[in-house]
Amino acid sequence: MESKETKLHQEVSSLAILESEIRKLQYRQDALIEVLHIAQNLFSYLSKETLRYVAKQLKLPYSKVQGVATFYHLFRLQPPAEHTCIVCTGTACYVKGAYRLLETVESWSGLQEGHISEDSKISLRSVRCLEPCGIAPVVVIDGKVRGHETPEKLLQELKGWFVNVKDRS
Amino acid sequence: MLKIDLEEIASKEIAARKPNRIHCCTAAGCLSAGAEEGFEQFQKEVDRLGLTDTVQVAKVGCMRLCCQGPLVKVQIADSTNSPFPIEDKHGTIQNNNQIEILFHQVHAESAKSIVAGFTGQKVEAVRGDFQSPFFQNQVSVILDNSGNVEPERIESYIAAKGYKGLYQVLHHFSLDEVIHEITRSGLRGRGGAAYPTGIKWGTVAKNKSEKKYVVCNADEGDPGAFMNRSLLESDPHRVLEGMAIAGYALGSSQGYIYVRGEYPLAVQRLQIAITQANRLGILGTRIFGTPFDFRIDLRTGAGAFVCGEETALMASIMGQRGTPTPRPPYPAEHGLWGMPTLLNNVETYGNIAAIIRNGSDWFAGMGTQTSKGTKVFCLTGNVVNTGLVEVPLGTPIHKIVYDIGGGAVEGNTIKAVQTGGPSGGCIPAEMFDVPVDYDSLAKLGSILGSGGMIALDNTNRMVDVARFFMQFCMDESCGKCIPCRAGTVQIHRLLRKILAGSADHADLDRLEQLCVMVKDTSLCGLGQSAPNPTLSTLKYFRSEYESLLKESDSTQRINLPLLCSSAQMGNQEQLSAETKGS
Ligand SMILES: Cc1cc2nc3c(=O)[nH]c(=O)nc-3n(C[C@H](O)[C@H](O)[C@H](O)COP(=O)(O)O)c2cc1C
Ligand code: FES
Repeated sequence: MESKETKLHQEVSSLAILESEIRKLQYRQDALIEVLHIAQNLFSYLSKETLRYVAKQLKLPYSKVQGVATFYHLFRLQPPAEHTCIVCTGTACYVKGAYRLLETVESWSGLQEGHISEDSKISLRSVRCLEPCGIAPVVVIDGKVRGHETPEKLLQELKGWFVNVKDRS
Repeated sequence: MLKIDLEEIASKEIAARKPNRIHCCTAAGCLSAGAEEGFEQFQKEVDRLGLTDTVQVAKVGCMRLCCQGPLVKVQIADSTNSPFPIEDKHGTIQNNNQIEILFHQVHAESAKSIVAGFTGQKVEAVRGDFQSPFFQNQVSVILDNSGNVEPERIESYIAAKGYKGLYQVLHHFSLDEVIHEITRSGLRGRGGAAYPTGIKWGTVAKNKSEKKYVVCNADEGDPGAFMNRSLLESDPHRVLEGMAIAGYALGSSQGYIYVRGEYPLAVQRLQIAITQANRLGILGTRIFGTPFDFRIDLRTGAGAFVCGEETALMASIMGQRGTPTPRPPYPAEHGLWGMPTLLNNVETYGNIAAIIRNGSDWFAGMGTQTSKGTKVFCLTGNVVNTGLVEVPLGTPIHKIVYDIGGGAVEGNTIKAVQTGGPSGGCIPAEMFDVPVDYDSLAKLGSILGSGGMIALDNTNRMVDVARFFMQFCMDESCGKCIPCRAGTVQIHRLLRKILAGSADHADLDRLEQLCVMVKDTSLCGLGQSAPNPTLSTLKYFRSEYESLLKESDSTQRINLPLLCSSAQMGNQEQLSAETKGS
């Protein structure tokens, strides 16, 4: 476990990086989406404080920054879970049985698609096309893309994660 | 910037090539199948066996047969003297004295064995087949460089005639001549709407303005299609060159590429490509020593399908929420920051340099009367071979699905293909003779769209397919106009009701009415086309809908003709009203 101190240290240095990136973009208001991408990469999600900070730096109303951040699916407004399982439900994966994969994980784990477990350990999400459609159906487990997935193989992979999970939200 | 000599760069590059080459696909599909690992193993083994003077390992782009990735192509010079064991020539092709062999599913072990082949050892790896119908029925115009040039090295692109087109227009073409050439070629936009590219360029060129913008739409929202991504990852300079030619023709000095946020590799390769082009003075100021300046910047999307729509895309480039605005005014008059703006798709730009180099007649010689050139399709779904396919426009669907795609997997039959993604429709197998061009598909109630082509077989239920696309549109509706925001929800609800077996004929009629209403009254293309998948499945697979209706109801109803155009739809409503009355 990281100590509180190193975490704080990291946040301070991330903030410094964000500030310098915003400077490089010349505080341009039309660079808002770029700035949010950078911030999310640094902090792994966009907290209210981060959005406020961006608003202040770009001299934009907070409501506008928040409006943009909520409009786009890729921006996360909540801290990510420790483990993530993402099931692609794009068309190519859909016709190859993506929903069977999703249902298998859901019924086995008790976790619903789009939700995070109560202990913030596991998140189960679906996305629309990860683009290696040639090897559909595709899932991403902790960042690793797996093609030609089957319910059996997927469960095998996930078994270690699910010990008494409860749906958080 | 000093005048640079493309010929010199090209000949240096070619002279530095080793006689034998190992091309590893490192586009997204093969990377997710583990291509990086294979690539590293190749390099390690070539070093270890001291083969660096004769064997070169290169990272290249997509080689099309994505389902068999990671793909590797081995080029062997002087096949008679090579120690590489190629007694079995089956599946290989001869290319300028070189023999080319394809390998499937190349991981560390097979990589090791392939390199050992250059010392005369037996090769233990899965051989692919370049002679198979999958490859033999395809052409290479847009994908000419994919799998051959190294996307992260500009010299490699230049050695493949890269930036010659740009050089040519800057030195030998007037602005009008460029536009004339593109117009004559008959090229139509590849992003979906199929608007004639030359005419669009002409409109932007005519609008006098201090500043103008050239924008490349690389948002590629159709889930299940990756043509644009593949091109950007495999051959990014081709797109930059096309944009720069457009910039010259229109009198613009600034370009933007709006890339989907989900495409980090494409963003990275574009960034590298732009930096390299800037360094050589091929982009930036005083390009090739002429007075022409053109810079290109990247903008990344953040996951919103509607941002593929041009007005929403421009809003997003300017840092706003990506909601569409009514047209007119069109971007050609009033685009980014109110200035005339040209917006074209990745593949549209990808055609430009080749048209300039080879002439508009060459381009117009391919395709059909109204749809010229070739098109890249992304063939996925329930066929044997999935991946990228390039064919001349006008190629019949059966050739794509059965010859190239290899037909259904064993035991199943293909029922339909879905084209055009969430804005398109389904074409039943009985109609696979239809040529794939813009007008023929539109006549059938689908669209060619940006090139997604998904094969559906007897395991797929068409009503569920319709529901799937409607859910997509419902989730992606930006919410600005009511028909789209509320209509997609209602249609989705009705489709679910039908799937649950609790709907009756009145629901089916309501479904049709709603579809037509949403189509006619939505603000932008998203809503206007959202009902297409439902309408086309209703048109060709109506019996699947009817078989799901509550039984008591369906016995009262006479069978309706299976095929009906939307013009006939009125009659049908009447008919169903009559039967209900009886
Ligand atoms: C909802 C919606 C999504 C779209 N998505 C894309 C897309 O992903 N890529 C694209 O090039 N065009 C897309 N378009 C079409 C663009 O609005 C525009 O017509 C096109 O980029 C113009 O380029 P072209 O003339 O080269 O085809 C979309 C349109 C709509 C209505
Ligand atoms: S549809 Fe799943 S990767 Fe494209």
